[in-house]
Amino acid sequence: MAIATKPRTAAQARERASSSFELWTWYFMRISGLLLVFLVLGHFTIVHLIGGGIDRVDFAFVSGRWSNPLWQVWDWLMLFLGLLHGTNGMKTIINEYVHRAGARVALKSTLYVLTLIFILLGTAVILTFDPNKGHSTVLQSLGLLK
Amino acid sequence: MARLPERLGTVYKGGQGQWSWALHRISGVAVLLFLFVHIADTALVGFGPKFYNQVVHAYHNPVIRLLEIGLAAMVLFHALNGLRIILIDFFPKMADYHKQLFQIVVGLYIVLIVPAVFFMGRGFIRSL
Repeated sequence: MAIATKPRTAAQARERASSSFELWTWYFMRISGLLLVFLVLGHFTIVHLIGGGIDRVDFAFVSGRWSNPLWQVWDWLMLFLGLLHGTNGMKTIINEYVHRAGARVALKSTLYVLTLIFILLGTAVILTFDPNKGHSTVLQSLGLLK
Repeated sequence: MARLPERLGTVYKGGQGQWSWALHRISGVAVLLFLFVHIADTALVGFGPKFYNQVVHAYHNPVIRLLEIGLAAMVLFHALNGLRIILIDFFPKMADYHKQLFQIVVGLYIVLIVPAVFFMGRGFIRSL
């Protein structure tokens, strides 16, 4: 069963990729995956497991964390890499299982729009969060806060 | 035995390869769905204490805590199996040891999921 266990090497990925973008996503999935292992398992251990887990998670807890740029960058990287990694994986699944072109395009378009909105929303909230004011300043600028 | 066409290189017929492949997809989709929910709830922090505290308070119920344990189970498998995939993809010689690599994934999974379930299980029992 040599064929069945043959790995997809980087060389093979280069040969088979239908476009340079597809090849780029092949590398992206592996590099972002490697980073996410540490980011996500670290986040899960710190926030969900030790120190009382989700029982002590409230506004004050998150606000305290986001007053430190390390956790802001950490959380933003998880948001950005996690969404792109997840969306690209979902794109592959849709491409493989949804055979009708119309449905495939509709599903992928919905996925991409949703991902874009969540990246913009998450980025705005995390990077403009002001612990002294107790909200994200961009939301105030946009008139979304009363 | 007739050689399969080259382009069918990723088709598995049973064994660890097929199961880890299926579980990788299932866990990936589950984690992505959770991620959308988690980004939506955490984004409430940007709107001030009122809404976020209401939502996280509601998250302290037993059903959400069971889902949290399920999430850990999915994320950990996807992470460890993903590392195995990356290792084999970038170091093709490792494919000769694919069975052992999968055993290491299963071993590490058990070692790490047991304390995780212990910590979250305590919270679950307290919330009943």
